[in-house]
Amino acid sequence: MRIEGKGRIDRGNKISFRFDGRDHHGFAADTLASALMAEGVRLMGRSFKYHRPRGVLTLGSEEPNALVTVGRGLAADPNTRATMQEIYEGLEARSQNRWPSLDFDLMGVNDLAAPFLGAGFYYKTFMWPKAFWEKLYEPVIRRAAGLGALSGKADGERCDKAFAFCDVLVIGGGPAGLMAALSAAQAGADVILCEEENGLGGRLRYEDEEIGGGRAHLWADDMAERLAAMENVRIMTRTAVTGAFDQGTFGALQRVSHHLAKPGKRPRETFWRIAAKRAVLCAGALERHIAFRDNDRPGVMMAGALRGYLNRFGTVPGRNVAVFGNNSDAHRTARDLAQAGVNVVALIDSRHDAENLAGDVPFYPGAQVVRGLGRKGLDGIVLRLPNGREERFAVQALGVSGGWNPSVHLTCHMNGRPVWDERLLAFVPKDGAVPGMRVAGAARGRFSTAECLKEGADAGLEAAKALGFSGDLPRVPDAEAGRYRIGRLMAVAGKGRAWLDFQNDVTVKDVKQAAAENFRSVEHMKRYTTQGMATDQGKSSNVLALAVLADATGREIPETGTTTFRPPYTPVAIAALGAGAEGKGFAPERLTTSDESTRARGAPMIEAGLWYRPSYFPRAGEETWRDSCDREVRMVRENVGVCDVSTLGKIALQGRDVGAFLDFVYANTFSTLKPGRVRYGIMLREDGHVMDDGTTARLSETSWVLTTTTAAAGQVVRHLDWVRQAFCPNMDVRFVSETEQWAQFAVAGPKARELVNDLLDTPIDGEVFPFMACAERQICGVKGRLFRISFSGEHAYEVAVPARYGASLFGLLADRAEAMGGGAYGMEALNVLRIEKGHITHAEIHGRTTAFDIGFQRMLSGKKEFIGKALAARPGLLEESREQLVGLRALKPEQPLPAGGHLFETDAEPIRENDLGYITSTCFSPTLGETRALAFLRNGRARHGDRIRMVDHLRDQVTWCEVTDPVAFDPEGGRLRD
Amino acid sequence: MTDLIAKTPCAGLLPVSHGGWSLSEVDCGPITWLAPFHGQAEALDAALQTAHGLGLPRPGNSTRAGAARCLWFGKEQVMLTGVEPGDALAQCAAMSDQSDGWAVVRLEGADGADVLARLVPIDLRPSAFPDGAVARTLCQHMTVTILRENVDALVIFAFRSMAKTLVHDVETAMVSVAAQHAAP
Repeated sequence: MRIEGKGRIDRGNKISFRFDGRDHHGFAADTLASALMAEGVRLMGRSFKYHRPRGVLTLGSEEPNALVTVGRGLAADPNTRATMQEIYEGLEARSQNRWPSLDFDLMGVNDLAAPFLGAGFYYKTFMWPKAFWEKLYEPVIRRAAGLGALSGKADGERCDKAFAFCDVLVIGGGPAGLMAALSAAQAGADVILCEEENGLGGRLRYEDEEIGGGRAHLWADDMAERLAAMENVRIMTRTAVTGAFDQGTFGALQRVSHHLAKPGKRPRETFWRIAAKRAVLCAGALERHIAFRDNDRPGVMMAGALRGYLNRFGTVPGRNVAVFGNNSDAHRTARDLAQAGVNVVALIDSRHDAENLAGDVPFYPGAQVVRGLGRKGLDGIVLRLPNGREERFAVQALGVSGGWNPSVHLTCHMNGRPVWDERLLAFVPKDGAVPGMRVAGAARGRFSTAECLKEGADAGLEAAKALGFSGDLPRVPDAEAGRYRIGRLMAVAGKGRAWLDFQNDVTVKDVKQAAAENFRSVEHMKRYTTQGMATDQGKSSNVLALAVLADATGREIPETGTTTFRPPYTPVAIAALGAGAEGKGFAPERLTTSDESTRARGAPMIEAGLWYRPSYFPRAGEETWRDSCDREVRMVRENVGVCDVSTLGKIALQGRDVGAFLDFVYANTFSTLKPGRVRYGIMLREDGHVMDDGTTARLSETSWVLTTTTAAAGQVVRHLDWVRQAFCPNMDVRFVSETEQWAQFAVAGPKARELVNDLLDTPIDGEVFPFMACAERQICGVKGRLFRISFSGEHAYEVAVPARYGASLFGLLADRAEAMGGGAYGMEALNVLRIEKGHITHAEIHGRTTAFDIGFQRMLSGKKEFIGKALAARPGLLEESREQLVGLRALKPEQPLPAGGHLFETDAEPIRENDLGYITSTCFSPTLGETRALAFLRNGRARHGDRIRMVDHLRDQVTWCEVTDPVAFDPEGGRLRD
Repeated sequence: MTDLIAKTPCAGLLPVSHGGWSLSEVDCGPITWLAPFHGQAEALDAALQTAHGLGLPRPGNSTRAGAARCLWFGKEQVMLTGVEPGDALAQCAAMSDQSDGWAVVRLEGADGADVLARLVPIDLRPSAFPDGAVARTLCQHMTVTILRENVDALVIFAFRSMAKTLVHDVETAMVSVAAQHAAP
């Protein structure tokens, strides 16, 4: 119900929304929780395990009970805290974890079975039969337990991530945070002030008190305006700082459009990474419960929340209210309620010596609430008086205060452990727990507003001063300075279930059971009972639970210790953390200049590293990829084919010492290469294994171009950088990637020269341009490069032009090749062509093979030093029994030899112990009319001509084959030359 | 003889505008990578002064004279843009024509740093990244170089092959931030 004359929200602005299919109304600035409370709704959710009816407990992000799903379908947001969800016109929210309805939940039978479902239940019950876990138990448990569910569909781009920077990050916009931001900013520091609620003020928004002679919440509004007007202050509301990380980095989640009826193009949330030179934590404190029987009935809530709803929203959950606490702060709730005209039936303070600070309300010092009555809503409480007599009161709401816990969470994110304060009966942060971060106000256990203001001002100025700024403390206004007093009461003794963790349904009995079963460590207790493991991370239950554990194990709280708080402070959707990286956002796409033309020709694309390359170019009448691939191979072998090879790494090297440098990075010699010539080379890693291969062209005396495989381009540049900086700092050599600068196309086949000559300003012949020649040439009037190199084994060239002309040249080459009976070819044909020729790719030099293994041992120069030389000479890498590169041909020509298949002797059982090697590359060779493969086979070079058996256990394929030389086609290489 | 037709990296992708921002392709003219040979940094500095009236930039910076601009581009590397490099530079530096290798885009509008804050993990506000500042950094998942031309213009150099992804990522950020700057 709404109390006339109370609240700080605009009652002129009425808003309608729906909850569980029913229409409701609230006012602008209401939260879903306050609006429902105003309409008399107390039951807002069902608990995780027992499906007990639950209502709102708090008014902040720590809320464990009132979790709802907002929106529908793709846009559905599960586990939204009703206390944080601002209402808007058309908001649609649904309760969770109930069936068929919130009011009548069949799974509520779990509650009746509760005696069997206590701590450790899963571990003891579902052990046998073993097979039942996956098939029966787990699905059933998962269905019965749990909170909200996601839609199961891809989310789309609905989140953002972003970076921000500041001198001083102030976390929390309450009285301490406001003063910290002001004093740091006045000193000149660049300040970010993050506040997880939708406005500044913190508790001041919920309290009835004065600052500087005026209303405290209005003072906060004034401060907000004042800070917003400062150029060096950035206020980020609806932004929860979720984690403290190394070197002043903080994670923060901004709720950008959760509160908007029409979010437009706004993201739902933005995950910020904030780099701050200093931080001031003013995160305030969270109130904790007291455990007593049925303390979870809807209508029982935190005392501070109860008066917060009254003061800010003008709402109360019922006409007759009681307040139960163990500390002085609970009295404020009774006072505010009574002053607002609510019937305060009783103020119960467990401290025998407590004084009534609430004014004219029935006061019961030394008494305890032993039980909550009602089921779907509180309708009464049972009180035990100091003399042992019990008394019943009819109430619809009970505010409970078990004391306040400073929000130390962020101070623990870098392994800081909080310290138990016996006076406050709470953990307070340890100084210096996070480098560069100070803690001020209630987060440090300074609970009065006056202390908060003063500490905040000090901490803000100190943070700025530490960065070299200077300034004076701002004037700190007068404020409430009452002293907080608390007496120890964590759990009320008695029968029945007294709840600690509302979200994971953990009771006092569960914790005691854990202790009895020797799970005495707080970490073990947590895992055994699941206390503190739900989305609220035990914000309101941790201290109670470990106090109960301490009692049960006869220890003190400091001795018992506390579990570790880890990021995030509040739940963060993975969608927000990974914003922008879903789908194709996972990695940039690298497109060649021929991409558009290639796709226009209908080529399916495949990924090579980040590049997209054509698989094949289908033509009319071709039904499968093999039809196209076979035709493209024949085209190259018989006419001419064109293929975009721009994706290969191209590294320009210049300087007098390039030759010497290349001699050092390559296994073979390059310094002897003459200008105008190209040489093939292999590069080893330091450990002697092959790293990459490719050709290097010497364009002039001092200018070279080294090529790498597509996937290894980045790795090779990094390697060259490392070698130069680490081993050759005095060599005169400089290099840079030119991969992006040049569009390069292979032109291969018997008619390659005819096609190339068509485009060259000055035609070539075999004499001026023999195999392995290179030169700068005018191509269609453009300065380009021409290389006579071949991956296909045919007479072939690579033609390079500046990338701006790439699309144009590809179109020209492909069209002319088609006119000559050839055309463009894709990766499939390229692969077949090179397998026929026994040319290696990274399928063979996959990181575990040596030059010896691939039959290139003689390329390792004995006349010079080079990277990898020493370790490649290890005896173990040169044994004949190693797996060596061979060719394979299927005995039945069309039978497959799948890559990944393993090799066995014909009479050996195909098991691991008998494994002789494996296939790395495979194809059907239209040229040879049979299936061909490259493989590594033990002692393979000595076994050419042998018959062996290929077994592919995955695809259930057995193929008999013959071992051959890797080079299956034109072994003399005559076709390359003229 | 057939003529080859030139195409720019962002052809068909730009310009786009959202909110107060526009993203357009920049024609830098010639882009030349220069790296002084061993011990030749001072000589290159002098040669640049003579040929183009600008010197070598400090790390994280650029120098400018008329249409010519020289951007720091990594350890012992710079990129000369806007002019054909003078022949004398080849005496003291390795040179590579990179005019076709880069997709270069300009983000114009007040507080462009707010847009790029969605993608770039460094502080690009004018206070930390003033006119002429250069950074080699990330833009979402791409390695890029960013230059602040003036208070309202940031220029991004990305690999030519990644032009489409660059435009997509920056435009997505522009749309999002423009929507957030608009009144709800």
